[in-house]
Amino acid sequence: MHGVVNWAVHFFMLDEGPLIWLSDFLIICASLGIVVVLTKFRLWKWLWDEWLTTVDHKKIGIMYMIAAILMLFRGGTDGLLMRAQLAWPNMHFLSADHYDQIFTTHGTIMILFMAMPAIIGFFNVAVPLQIGCRDVAFPYLNAISFWLFFFAALLFNLSFVVGGSPDGGWTSYPPYVENQFDPGPGENYYLVALSITGIGTIATGINFLVTILRMRAPGMTFMRMPMFTWSVFVTSVIILFAFPVLAVALALLLIDRDFGSHFFTVNGGGAPMQYVNLFWFWGHPEVYIVILPIFGLMSEVISTFSHKRIFGYSAMVVSMVAIAILSFVTWVHHFFTMGAGPGVNSFFGVSTMAIAIPTGVKVFNWIFTMHKGRLEFKTAMLWSLGVIPNFLIGGLTGVMLAVPPADYQYHNSYFLIAHFHYTLIGGTVFGVFSGLYYWWPKMFGVLLNEKLGRWHFWTFMIGFNICFFPQFFLGFMGMTRRMYTYPAGYGWGVVNLISTIGAFLMGVAFIIFVYNILWSARYGERDTTGDPWDGRTLEWATTSPAPHYNFAIIPTVKGRDAWWLMKQNGESINGPKGVPFRPIHMPNNSGRPFIMSALFFIMGAGFVFQWWILAIVGFVGVLICMAQRSFEYDDSHYIPVEEIEKTEAAAGRL
Amino acid sequence: MKPKGRRVGGLIGLIGFTVLALTGCDSPKYWPVLSPQGPVARSEYYLIIYSFILMLLVVLAVFILFFWVIIKYRARPDNADYVPPEIEGNAKLETLWTVIPILVVIALAIPTVAVTYKLVYPPKVEAATAKVVGKSITIDVISEQWKWVFKYPAQNIETVNYVDIPAGVPVNFQLTSSGPMNTFWVPALGGMEFTMPNMDLRLWLEADHPGSYLGRGAQYNGRGFAHMTFTVNALSPTDFESWVKSVQQTAPKLTQQAEAQINQPGLVGKLTFSSTTPE
Repeated sequence: MHGVVNWAVHFFMLDEGPLIWLSDFLIICASLGIVVVLTKFRLWKWLWDEWLTTVDHKKIGIMYMIAAILMLFRGGTDGLLMRAQLAWPNMHFLSADHYDQIFTTHGTIMILFMAMPAIIGFFNVAVPLQIGCRDVAFPYLNAISFWLFFFAALLFNLSFVVGGSPDGGWTSYPPYVENQFDPGPGENYYLVALSITGIGTIATGINFLVTILRMRAPGMTFMRMPMFTWSVFVTSVIILFAFPVLAVALALLLIDRDFGSHFFTVNGGGAPMQYVNLFWFWGHPEVYIVILPIFGLMSEVISTFSHKRIFGYSAMVVSMVAIAILSFVTWVHHFFTMGAGPGVNSFFGVSTMAIAIPTGVKVFNWIFTMHKGRLEFKTAMLWSLGVIPNFLIGGLTGVMLAVPPADYQYHNSYFLIAHFHYTLIGGTVFGVFSGLYYWWPKMFGVLLNEKLGRWHFWTFMIGFNICFFPQFFLGFMGMTRRMYTYPAGYGWGVVNLISTIGAFLMGVAFIIFVYNILWSARYGERDTTGDPWDGRTLEWATTSPAPHYNFAIIPTVKGRDAWWLMKQNGESINGPKGVPFRPIHMPNNSGRPFIMSALFFIMGAGFVFQWWILAIVGFVGVLICMAQRSFEYDDSHYIPVEEIEKTEAAAGRL
Repeated sequence: MKPKGRRVGGLIGLIGFTVLALTGCDSPKYWPVLSPQGPVARSEYYLIIYSFILMLLVVLAVFILFFWVIIKYRARPDNADYVPPEIEGNAKLETLWTVIPILVVIALAIPTVAVTYKLVYPPKVEAATAKVVGKSITIDVISEQWKWVFKYPAQNIETVNYVDIPAGVPVNFQLTSSGPMNTFWVPALGGMEFTMPNMDLRLWLEADHPGSYLGRGAQYNGRGFAHMTFTVNALSPTDFESWVKSVQQTAPKLTQQAEAQINQPGLVGKLTFSSTTPE
């Protein structure tokens, strides 16, 4: 009995102090609250029918966005805990172990469970609407992608209160993360959760590649596609080449840890360097996976709010393709200091600098899109404009980092930390906020409040620069990343304190954003037109939110900025009056993606704790789900004409 | 060479000055990367400054253009009727802002490649000092959990968490690790290099003159990582000779017990031994 209690106390980490107790308490309260609300308002059936079983890309997009915002909160809290610990020399707020776990989960969550779902959420929200089709190519697979991500994120976050989080850094280099130095289960959580979400991401890449290749509305040639769709197309290709490499790296490491092989253990003749190569062969393209869609999105936003078409469309497309290709030949710049010869380092240094050329083309084209325009500084526009100076600083310090001999001094220092936060926050996070303000009406039929939006933007923008600009100096002062504490006397204290103040300002900005969501849901301006920004692309042609079938009649595209052209010519999205509707073929909802992903979760937990029976149960369950799907023949239905007429009439579009 | 580097360094110093004033520190000790104390760090420093200036020019150009456009073309009540023209693009302009970045990249790539190759070889030895200690010395560095072990194979001595080197003489650090990876970084003397198990990486460093410099590992390797620092003492060649002699005569031999303690994960202070174990 005593033994069981001891085991449970250790397993649920009750011996780890108040941080864990508080988390347990909050998790239990939140879970109970959700159950009570769902039961009291009889929402279980609604939740199952409308959300858990949906295959509608718009709803899946919304779920991705909600999950991404929640994970931004989790990762942001990690960041604030770290900044609190580093605010002054010799702080004892966090122990070394806790700090190590927190920076690991911060990085992993922000990249894989915040940035990825946010951009994939935008894929879902916008792409099928922009290319004028009714759903993605594989709606059922799309639901699987989402639920795999969701349960992987759940599993990863569980590590905070059950068994302990990974502490090997988000890059997780062996040999440190092998059992010998880093006994489980934390690192297993990292490997298993990333593997599961990676399967979903690869499926998403295939899904959107095929969607864009095969499902564009008639007349929408490649060179008439909206910039965002172009960026998603390019990104999907990068996903298809990069993510399988990550899957291999993670699988090899998991086999090392769970089954005692020696792929990366030196004592057994393994090569840890091989992991580093595999990781960054995914990891470098990954940063373009999360920035290219933002580039596409910015092109849309800047063009819309300048009331001008994008300047140099072809050059924008070519530069995105060039960035995609170059992104695969620069991975060694993450480890110039790992002993490659001068020839190799020179090659990868110059290839890295070369990425600045197409990126620069994009920046100048954005500026000239605004030139002679009439710029409306709506919040969505502010966020996109905010990307330009901040990402510029991030990008150009990236060029400085691409100089191998200089990198010998920057590597793993705070200069590097400042650089990649300038690109990832100043690029991706700013862009995600831009997209949220831009597409919020399309997602929910409500506009976010502009005044609160401006407060959100300026607080975040100022906080962000106060937080990360001083960190360039910390790099020159010799401070390295992942230090949980430092002694007084290096002159780092004040600089860190300034940085921490900036971090908390960003926290305040996040609260303003959440308040804006709640305020707008209740009092926000309703979008009755479907086109609140005087938009240019097809998603603004339909109602907000779009009906289940997106377009009653598939539009015919006559040029770039298809909706803008239609408006200029006074055309209706439903074609000339009197064109009859036809029944629309749509996929059925299915609970199986949810159940199958839950079984993946069970299998994953088995791999994390090496409880093989659980792993086998989960695995067999997954196989059964797949088999069932193979024998499912009746998986779609037709929406009758009367229903379409009713929906269109209700939206005032008849 | 030197004064010119100092002059361009003034630019970066100007920006750093604000922070310096805030921290109340004026010693170069606080800015090891920006106050190089040896030829390796110096050539890296010049590249840092050079790339910084190039990038600063780009930043200024883009910022001016960017803010000019967003201020001049903002929507105002008095231009409410203005209908922006639909402009497809401009081949000449687009060529211009493709070619200029290419030139900038070339301007940066040439010195980059030259220095990358140069740093593989030892810095040039100053003739006077070289006579005293020979052309260079070799020190083996091993990163343990969480301490730094230095072996002097020629002198048959071993130190932990500090390393004494002769000033003005190139030092050939041969780096390896007993377990997890780390990096060997003495920012005042030059950039870092990884320590990896079963690998021998190599890093040339040299100190201009006697002094004491802080070194640390930069690659995270677990709980004790933040405390994994060491001191590099550059001594005048004659002082170095006498330090070696005194260690050989007075320091204890490396016992199995002491070695076991070093191999255990944990922190230890500075240690000195008059023998080493062959690897």
